[in-house]
Parts: sequence; structure tokens; C-alpha cells
Amino acid sequence: MPEIDAIARSLADALKKPKADYLEARFEESQTSHIIYRGRELESIGRSTASGGNVRALVKGGWGFTSFNEFEKLPNRVALAAEQAKAAGHSKSNLAQVEPAVDTVPSGVKKNPVTIPLAEKKKLLDEYNEIIWSTPQIQTSNISYSDSRKKVIFLNSEGSFITQERADVTLRLTAIAAKDGEVQQVGLSLGSRGHFSAIEGIHEQVREMARHAVELLTAPQVKGGEYTVVLDPVLAGVFVHEAFGHLSESDFVYENERMKEIMVLGKQFGAPLLNIVDSAAEPGLRGSFKYDDEGVRAVKTYLIKEGKLVGRLHSRETAAKMNEKPTGNARAITYRFPPIVRMTNTYIVPGTATFDEIIADTKDGIYVKNWYGGMTSMEMFTFSAGEAYMIRNGKIAEAVRPVMLTGNVFSTLQNIDAIGNDLDMNQGGGCGKGGQSPLAVSNGSPHIRIRHCLIGGK
Amino acid sequence: MERILALAQKAADEAEVYQVASEETQVRFEANRLKQLQTNQSTSVALRVIKDGRLGYATTSGAVNNQELVNNAVETAAFGAAAKFKLPGKSAYPKVDIYDPAVASVAIKDMVGLGEAMIAAITGHTPGIICEGGASKGTVSFKIINSRGGQAEYRKSFFSLGIEGTLVEGTDMLFVGESDSSCHPLSDPQEIIKTVLRQLDLAKRKAKAPTRELPVIFTPDGVTALIMPLMSAFNGKTVLEGASPLRDKVGQLIFDKRFSLSDDPTVAFRTGSRPCDDEGVPSQCNSLVKNGIVKGFLYDLQTAAMAGKKSTGNGSRGRGGLPSPSSSAFVIAPGDTTFDEMVQDIKEGLVIEQLMGAEQGNLLAGDFSGNVLLGYKIENGKIVGRVKDTMVSGNVYTILKDIAAIGSEAKWLGGFLQTPPLYCKGLSVSSKG
Repeated sequence: MPEIDAIARSLADALKKPKADYLEARFEESQTSHIIYRGRELESIGRSTASGGNVRALVKGGWGFTSFNEFEKLPNRVALAAEQAKAAGHSKSNLAQVEPAVDTVPSGVKKNPVTIPLAEKKKLLDEYNEIIWSTPQIQTSNISYSDSRKKVIFLNSEGSFITQERADVTLRLTAIAAKDGEVQQVGLSLGSRGHFSAIEGIHEQVREMARHAVELLTAPQVKGGEYTVVLDPVLAGVFVHEAFGHLSESDFVYENERMKEIMVLGKQFGAPLLNIVDSAAEPGLRGSFKYDDEGVRAVKTYLIKEGKLVGRLHSRETAAKMNEKPTGNARAITYRFPPIVRMTNTYIVPGTATFDEIIADTKDGIYVKNWYGGMTSMEMFTFSAGEAYMIRNGKIAEAVRPVMLTGNVFSTLQNIDAIGNDLDMNQGGGCGKGGQSPLAVSNGSPHIRIRHCLIGGK
Repeated sequence: MERILALAQKAADEAEVYQVASEETQVRFEANRLKQLQTNQSTSVALRVIKDGRLGYATTSGAVNNQELVNNAVETAAFGAAAKFKLPGKSAYPKVDIYDPAVASVAIKDMVGLGEAMIAAITGHTPGIICEGGASKGTVSFKIINSRGGQAEYRKSFFSLGIEGTLVEGTDMLFVGESDSSCHPLSDPQEIIKTVLRQLDLAKRKAKAPTRELPVIFTPDGVTALIMPLMSAFNGKTVLEGASPLRDKVGQLIFDKRFSLSDDPTVAFRTGSRPCDDEGVPSQCNSLVKNGIVKGFLYDLQTAAMAGKKSTGNGSRGRGGLPSPSSSAFVIAPGDTTFDEMVQDIKEGLVIEQLMGAEQGNLLAGDFSGNVLLGYKIENGKIVGRVKDTMVSGNVYTILKDIAAIGSEAKWLGGFLQTPPLYCKGLSVSSKG
């Protein structure tokens, strides 16, 4: 591997005499391995290594950005970024003040998951695949495992020099059942901040997933329309991410006067029982870090407190332009991209109700569980449940086909009328924005109930 | 590359080295203003080996350590899938025009000018709209060599232009947008501007959709929502696994007689085109559906060998993994009905331009559903306004079996799909309010 430490150090002095209002550089090296099964057979197993870097410059409010994975002639790259910024800039540079940091942050993982023998990883995945295949009426399965270890060095013209390491493990399993031309699938997504043990010992969950895929073959489809829905922590986590999280990313707000009116602090978005937080400062979650990709220290940010909008997610630029405090939410998926405003670990703060109380209190509705996908257009969102069950007379009844929920964020947040006490963070998700996907995030929530939720169906 | 191949041949029985190098320049506008100029340079190398009949794989980007790459590939081969295929030897490739040197010489200031022209026209038409977008240009160089003497290389240029507008009124948000791409430079933004202004005009008024079954016209952009289940169903791997609903339907009339679909990577100057696939197999146009009858599926080398077929030249590396079958550019044959005639034919129905979340349905079964992000209501043969809070769901196989009409005006979308509008008889619509 190239010595990115030496490369970064060699550039530190050049950055301190910037030909721009602001300059930064990011260098990265990573190793990954993956194992993919399609059906019974292992389809792909591989290892990869990557290294590269970028330079970003700010001149009169315009940005220049250049990424590369050839490390020759770095001073030319710096000059190019500065020239680009100069050509783009026509107003005033404005970045929130942050204290320059010199720091080294280890991955916090004792055992690097990439170096665990492939045989050991494969043995575990074989066990899970065997469980899926031993379930009658299973047509096929998909398993996708990957791990990575990554080191990122950030330095800027203000004197920051930060080295951060992280490790990640993700696992996605899908069971596909088929009978008489009907095909149904159920998936399970897991992730961890580099701990392989997080994906061990889930045999029972895998068995349940395969059984449920078969069960869906004979499950009826619900009629489209408005329902009362109870969401499990996984799906409620996706909901808070899609329906509200993206709206609180201030790059969509800071130069849009009309959006600013919608997202004015203090505005009532939900009932007083609703509290929403984004925090990269929680230890050990997939969206956690000490510094973001602009070298800003992570903090815990309340987005909604007692139903009122109280905060939003910032880069240094959006914070300065909105005259608010930076929150350390500028993230880039790799060195090929400039950092943009992203979520980290986003969750609904737990309330007091138990899950049983929420269901008992729901006369008719649908209990939706597990995640299949989700998207937002700020105002409107859609997300898909992996499992769904009717609720009849305060009891969970028969399974129905998985449903897609959709709605308008502003009315839907108002329609949350019960929040459980059982917060659970899902580590299996990834977020896409601006072509940067999947970014490691986590979402979480306790069980919640939403009234008048629109469900697609026959 | 040759050195990696030589090293790999010492450690394994067969080997293939694949290299992609790209250079890209982007001009980006945000909030109606020039915001960022960007360049990206990247080179990556992938090595596939066959050792003791098994596949090993490793990739690297950035600084390449040849021996480490070979070691990684050989290590994984101990656990890899059994290689059922032979790497292709020397082959003849079709001539596919995908490089225009004029792209490289487009000046940054001209790219900035295109962005400014789009934004000026759109903000002039609708004050208060916030636009982002811009222009991007670049080249990709591809080279593959293998231990059986196979060798292929090509260079592709690309240029893309796009704009998205957001109009916020109260808590109501409207998203409009259009983009175009080509291997030629794009120098005229007028078509893009025209499309966006038309979207803004049609969306000015609001309309309410009822909750029941309605006829729906999918514009070419809207058709993308229907394409994903088909991409999966025609993928030779899905077929081999028995998960494709079309697996045993070759030669049968499954779609409307007017419906024809092919996968064609040989169309000149389209960004999805190429003379060979990512395994060095020559490109060809593959007929998938002809007059409603299923003709065949898409294969890479390994899947084809397992299925007892020949590769159709559809091996794709996707995100840098091992090759697997993938469509290059789906082409749906145009029909004879104009878009206006379709609208005139509908008493009450919808036009769908953008469906959000369509990929979240049960793709294998052909089910899709989504929220109408941009769509209009038709009443008595006229578009009367934009619909919101509306969800549609249906099944691709049901609606393509009995199509009301296929449009005569085909459009390219991002180089991966060319399609006319499709007029479908009845889709389930749920609406709020």
C-alpha cells in the first residue's frame, strides 16, 4: 500500500500557505473482502484494496474539487482545485468556525474483520444457507457478506490533521419461496462497526425468515387505502430516516427561502411525545465517528424535541450561512466525492408504552415489520415493509403480503400517536444521496403507531 | 497489465486482467448559481484467476502492488465457485462508435454556459424555483487481456447535461427535471428546457385522483418503473435459478403482440454502448421479446455455461465484482400512437412521469407500486393538473399482456433504456383526500 501518512504529511506545509480562502485534502486506503451466494452455490468471493485522495478548495464561495488515485504531482492537484474554485466563486466564502484538531482515532476493533480467514467466514455463511435451503418450498436464497477496514487522513489549511480508522461488517440474507407461479421473498440485514461476532449466532432468525417467505405464498394482499399502522423498531427507524431525517439535512434548506419558512425552528411538527435525534457521538454504531469529513467534532443533535423542530444537520458551510452551530454531519462515502450533509445514527427517542399496550390499544390496523426499501422526495416518502400482519380487535392476526407505506411527511409526523419504550438500532441499512451510496448509517426507534397511513394494494 | 497476467499465470491455471481508467470533469450548479467545478481521475484493475477449476478474484485501485493482487486472487480461489467456462480467445469485435474527440475539447466555460442557459430559462418561466444540475464530460478507457490470448480494448467519451428544479409553495413541493447524455458533446439545452417548462405548465393546476382502477400512460421516464422487474426476469442468472417467471416461457406469447424488447449495446454514440462486454465477449443485439413472444435471456460466460447456452455478451462487472449477466441498453420498439392521441382516448386516467419507490415491490413476481412523484390527471381527453398523495400499484406482466397502445415517440434515458410512452389499461390507484 502507498504510505498515505507520508503523502499527507508532505502536503501539510503546502496547505498552510493556501492560494484559496480554504483548502483541505483527504487520503484514504482500504481493504475489503466479500462473499456472495446465489442459491446453494458460492457465486463470488474476492478481496480488494483501494487507495486515493482528493483536494478541495474554496474561493469566494465557489468550490473546486479534484479526486485521484495516482499520487504523482500532488502540488499540481492542489493548484487545480484552487483554480477550479476561483472559476466557480463569485460571492463570499463562509465557513463556520471550528477548532483545528490534531488527533488519531483507532478503529476500536480488536480483530480486523478483513483478516479473519475466509474459511471461517464461509463456514458461518454455509450454516445460514443450509438453514434456508432446508425449509420446504424455498426456491432459492441470496447471501451477501462484506467487510472492510479503512483509514482516512484529513488535513486542512487551518492546521487540522486527523487520522481515523474504522472497520465494518455487513450481511444481507434473502430467502425466496415459490409455488405455482407465486414468488415471495423475505430479507434480513445486519451490520456492525467491524465486529464479526455481531453476525454470528443468528441461526434462529434465519430459520424464521425462511419460514416467513413460505408463509407469504398463501398470504392475502391487503386492499389499498388508509390504515392505522404499528411499526416495529426496524421499519420505524427507516421511517424516521426517510420521512424526517432527509428533510433536516440543511443543504436542501440553506439557500432556499421557501424551505427555510417550512423548516423554521420552533415549528410544531408532531405531538409532544415525539423526540428525534441524530448523533454520530453514540459509541460503536455504524453511523458513529469522532470527526466528520470536514474535521468537525461529532455531536448529539436534537432535531425534534417535544414535537417542535429544534435543530438540523449541518456542514461548515450550511451552518455558517444559516448562522447556526456546526453539527459535524459533512460526510463523503469515498475519496472520489466531496463531503455533503448526511445523517449518522438517527432515532426516535423512546417513550413509555410497551409494545403489548400499543397493540392492545389498536382496534383494527396493520402491524408492519422489517425493512425492504425506502425513498423520499422531502415532502413525500415511501417505504416498504418486509412483513405485515393484520391487527384485529387489539390482537396481531393473520400475515398478509408485505406492503408499501407512503405519505406526506408533515401530516404523517402529526399522526404518530403512540411511542414505545423499546428503542432498537438497526445496523443493516445504508443511505444514498447525491450518487453516494451506500453510506454507513444506523436508524432506530421503539415501536410506534401512525394513524391514517396510506398503503398501496389491490 | 501484462506483468500482472504473467505473474498470475505462474500461480494459477488461467487468468484475466481487466483495467478501467476514467477522467471526468463536472460543472455543478446549486441554488441557481455555479457552485463547484470538479475533476475525478481513477484507475482500477481486476484480476480473475482459475486455479484447480475454481474462480479467484481480487481488485485494486490506486497504487497497485502486483504480487499482492495475485496473492489475493489466488487465496480466494481456494473457496471460489467452480469455473464452468473457458475465457474467450482472440475474437472479432463489431465496430461500435462511442468515442468523439470533440468531447475532450469542450471548454469549461461552455459547460458553465449550458448550465446558465437552462437555469435562466427555467427561473424566467417560474420565479421562485430553485435549480440544481449542470454538465459533465469525460472518457473511459477499457482494456482486458487473458491467458488464452483474448484481448480487447476501447475508449468511450461521454457528455451529460441535466437540471432539476424544486418549487416550494407552503408545504407543497414540486420536483421537475430532465437530463440527456451522449458520446457526442451536447451543445443545445433547448430540448431539456422545453421538457422542464412543459412539466411546470402541466403541474401548475392541481387535480385529485380517485381511489379505484384507472388507465395510466407511462411517459418514457415513467416506464423506468416497469423496467426493473423485466431486467431481473430476463437475467440468465434469475432464469437459471428458476426464480424468473419467464424461465419456461421461451417461444410463448406472454406479452401483447405489439410489444417487442431487445438489449442492444451496439447503437452508435449511446453511453451504454460498447464493442464488447466486461469479459471480452463481442457485443450483439439480443432480441428478448418479439411481437409478444419471449425469445431468450441475457448471459455472461459462467451463467451461460451452467445453463448450457452461449454468452450473449452481457457480462458486467457492476460495482467491481465478478462479472454477472446484466442488460446493457433495453430498447422497446415504438408503436403507432402519439402521446396526444393516448391522452385524447382517456375519459379519466393518469399520466405518470416519475414513480417513487417502484423498485421496492416484489420485483421477481413483477409487482410494483409507488408514489406518484410527478404525474397528471386526465379528464375527458385533456390533462387537467398534477396529482399528489397518490399511489399506484400493478403487475408488469398483467399490464404488458394487454396494452392499450404503444407510443410512436421513443426516447433515450441515460443510455440504458430507449422507450416510447406506454398506455396501460387499468392500474390500481389509491389516493388520499
